[in-house]
Amino acid sequence: MSERKIRVLVAKPGLDGHDRGAKVIAAALRDAGMEVIYTGLHQTPEKIAATALQEDVDVVALSILSGAHMTLFPRVRKLLAENGMDDVLITGGGIIPAEDVEALEAQGIGRLFGPGTATSDAVDYIRSWFGESDRGGDA
Amino acid sequence: MSHVIDRDAASLREEVAGKRRELAALEAELAAWEARFGSAATRTDTDFTTVSGRPVRALYTPLDTADDEYLSDIGLPGEYPFTRGPYHSMYRTRLWTMRLFSGFATAEETNRRYKFLLERGQTGLSVAFDFPTLMGYDSDDPMSEGEVGKCGVAISSLADMETLFEGIPLDRVSVSMTINGPAVMLYCFLLAAAEKQGVPFEKVTGTIQNDILKEYQAQHAWIYPPKPALRIITDIFEWSAAHAPKFNTISISGYHIREAGSTAVQELAYTLKNGFTYVEEGIARGLDVDDFAPRLSFFWDVHNDFFEEIAKFRAGRRIWARHMRDVYGAKRPESWRLRTHAQTAGVTLTAQQPYNNVTRVAYQALAAVLGGTQSLHTNALDETLALPTEHAVRIALRTQQILAYETGVANTIDPLAGSYYVESLTDELERQAEEIFAEIDDLGGVVAGIESGYFQGRIARSARRFQEEVEAGDRLIVGVNAFEEEDATPLEILRIDESAGQTQRRRLAELRERRDEARVRASLGTLTAAAKGDANLLPPMLDAVRAYATLGEIRGALESVFGRFKEPVSF
Repeated sequence: MSERKIRVLVAKPGLDGHDRGAKVIAAALRDAGMEVIYTGLHQTPEKIAATALQEDVDVVALSILSGAHMTLFPRVRKLLAENGMDDVLITGGGIIPAEDVEALEAQGIGRLFGPGTATSDAVDYIRSWFGESDRGGDA
Repeated sequence: MSHVIDRDAASLREEVAGKRRELAALEAELAAWEARFGSAATRTDTDFTTVSGRPVRALYTPLDTADDEYLSDIGLPGEYPFTRGPYHSMYRTRLWTMRLFSGFATAEETNRRYKFLLERGQTGLSVAFDFPTLMGYDSDDPMSEGEVGKCGVAISSLADMETLFEGIPLDRVSVSMTINGPAVMLYCFLLAAAEKQGVPFEKVTGTIQNDILKEYQAQHAWIYPPKPALRIITDIFEWSAAHAPKFNTISISGYHIREAGSTAVQELAYTLKNGFTYVEEGIARGLDVDDFAPRLSFFWDVHNDFFEEIAKFRAGRRIWARHMRDVYGAKRPESWRLRTHAQTAGVTLTAQQPYNNVTRVAYQALAAVLGGTQSLHTNALDETLALPTEHAVRIALRTQQILAYETGVANTIDPLAGSYYVESLTDELERQAEEIFAEIDDLGGVVAGIESGYFQGRIARSARRFQEEVEAGDRLIVGVNAFEEEDATPLEILRIDESAGQTQRRRLAELRERRDEARVRASLGTLTAAAKGDANLLPPMLDAVRAYATLGEIRGALESVFGRFKEPVSF
């Protein structure tokens, strides 16, 4: 069973301009052998979903430190589903209170990574999700 | 007062020779000492580098500062080159301003928090705006959905600004505003709000951050591309020199560069080089440097490495003074002296065991004061989780008050001067910053560096290096990769719901109803025409603001002429 490269879109939705974490994660995922596309800042959910479709990604990782996560995660998830991409993993991180993390996970968002995360945890999580998903295995 | 040492050449030569013999003797002793003790086993839980990766030796001695000349390198406070402080009497005359950055939800709620802080001994205000405001969007813009009031206060018009300062006299309380892309608009809102209070422009004190170069490099709250953005900033320098002479027109910032991941020397060098760029813009406009330079101010991060931060503050003052006098030909000491605000490093705080953050902030605040800051913000313990609660922000304020009144560190000026370590570190930072200035010159300057992604790339690389050190266990962070444990009780944090957005949408609808629409259209037309030419934008913008044109409308009018900055994306 051949393992193709996992394709990850790292995205900054909304107006939040804090990209240190997004860039560090993107570099770590790339160094771990994944194909990483980074959107840059100030992306609308519509643009993110379109890019995800265009780039045929397996994973969409959203970085949100602005407090707008309860609006932006669900919107991206809805748009991905409308694009026929409801088997894509939606993960990410930022400043997201524990209760909101739970609420988002209940809506089908994957694991979220907050301050103090080791990049290796994010790498392992994505690899293990991919290995168990329908997208993993022979391409 | 002068001490004229009445000495002849021979006795002076003998004194110099004596000093040389003393240093040579020290050098020999030190070599012997290192030979005997230098290979003592060292701890394995650290590599003895600063958080920027700078190696720190076991010992510093007069050999490390032998080339320093007291008067020309260290000097007296309030005198060129200002290494020891921008003012002659520093905290003996007046303590640093205790200025906690603050704002959330609506103007009313933030006004209440300002009164809470002022009543408890805060001595200046600092406005934190929400993301829509930071990016120049009205609260009811589709781009603002979900974001109104979450990271700061929502301000969409003069009406919101009037509410923000209700009961706060703008001729007696200085106001610093962290705003960049739309800085000129919020500046006009503040001036017009003061005017409504009966306070003339000449009496308004405070600062606008207004430092667009570091936005492209680090904080990323830009609107327009560099050329028009710099034109606006120069308009502000020019207009304010004549009309608002007590207002600091810019806060040339290292904080955001550092928080984005840079090292201490990158923070120092990029910030100062940005500062020189603004000076060059003013001079290119035809302004007399001494007319606008005295109102340029600065903003440093205060990170974890205690001595590196103190040395950075001191090196910053000395470098600025040297360049302003000797490169830009400024004649007034007020143009040479670097005045700064400082903020304890948000990026060093942990979500794990958050009460430890009180300790981190206290050490960082101490470094800022020993570094000679003019104004200080101390972070609250819960800021990795949310905006601060009243309980947490009070501790942050008390941290400064304890520092001021209980530790005695403010009793004497620049007490670490003369430390072999601190002086040699100050020298080293200056040398390394000068190397970086030359590197930036080679690329064609700051704007060229921004467009090519030089700064962004260097900063991201330093951020990655730091993360690798942490993950390898080479850099310990208490509670994160050392001394970890689960917190028994989660902290109560501040929650901001969607009601701020709802209130603002309603308010804006009402504003648009009651204002004179024709007057707004006309004023925006005049502003747009001014933007196409080279007239100063402040007068027509003030007119638009007084007519209750909104932030988004003003931003849009200028955007139709200037366009929007396009980020060179990379990671």
